Amino acid sequence: MTQMRNSGAFTRRRLMTMAGAVALAGFTGMKPAHADQQMVDEAMMKMIGDRKPGDGSMIKLDLPEIAENGNTVPMKFEIDSPMTAADYVKSVHVFADGNPSPEVATFHFTPASGKAAASTRMRLAKTQNIVAVAEMSDGKVYMAKKEVKVTIGGCGG
Amino acid sequence: MAKPRVKAPSKVKKGQVFEVKCLISHQMESGQRKDRKTGENIPRLIINRFVATYNGAEVFAADWHPAISANPYMAFFMKAEESGELELTWIDDKGEKISAKKTITVG
Repeated sequence: MTQMRNSGAFTRRRLMTMAGAVALAGFTGMKPAHADQQMVDEAMMKMIGDRKPGDGSMIKLDLPEIAENGNTVPMKFEIDSPMTAADYVKSVHVFADGNPSPEVATFHFTPASGKAAASTRMRLAKTQNIVAVAEMSDGKVYMAKKEVKVTIGGCGG
Repeated sequence: MAKPRVKAPSKVKKGQVFEVKCLISHQMESGQRKDRKTGENIPRLIINRFVATYNGAEVFAADWHPAISANPYMAFFMKAEESGELELTWIDDKGEKISAKKTITVG
């Protein structure tokens, strides 16, 4: 009888740890509903390879501080560049680290663009960071980041 | 895909940088949504590429992902050395294309 009670206590403790382990396995085994840093890094790797982006203070990333509607968040950027055949911004990759997939868009420029600037509207599932990576004609890459607080997520039904 | 709307100046100075704004009606179905009745995923169907050419040469292009809002808006800049035709093309996941043209006079 004593033995049974003891084993009962043991079982309860074991049950707790097991439940914890199962919960953990459940989380890790699941595909995350939102991107994480690793997914952003992987997506970035696909675009720029293993080049390490430098400080992108010349990238003017214009985003609302608070977006009420995540379905249509205005995004605008401008990069200081002479935009000549010898020195121009080749492309700008935009990522969102809290969306189901981190890629937002890639914009390709040419010297005929005259100005490395563009604007569009994007969907944001929740409050998250927007990352802009600029690729220059000489192969150098620069990165800028800004947080947008989202009141109502734009991820559809 | 519906008829796109393009706003660009019809007359510019040589080498002047100007803005082109465009809008097209499109659901931009992200592939993340579920049909409320059947519970099945609604397949992705978005415009994944936008290209702007001037007299046949590319001036600007964009690759869009499902994070681009429905009825996508795009504004960009360009300059022209001579009069010509600006052609904008939207291409969706099925390869369907729609184009809009605008004549620009340099004077």
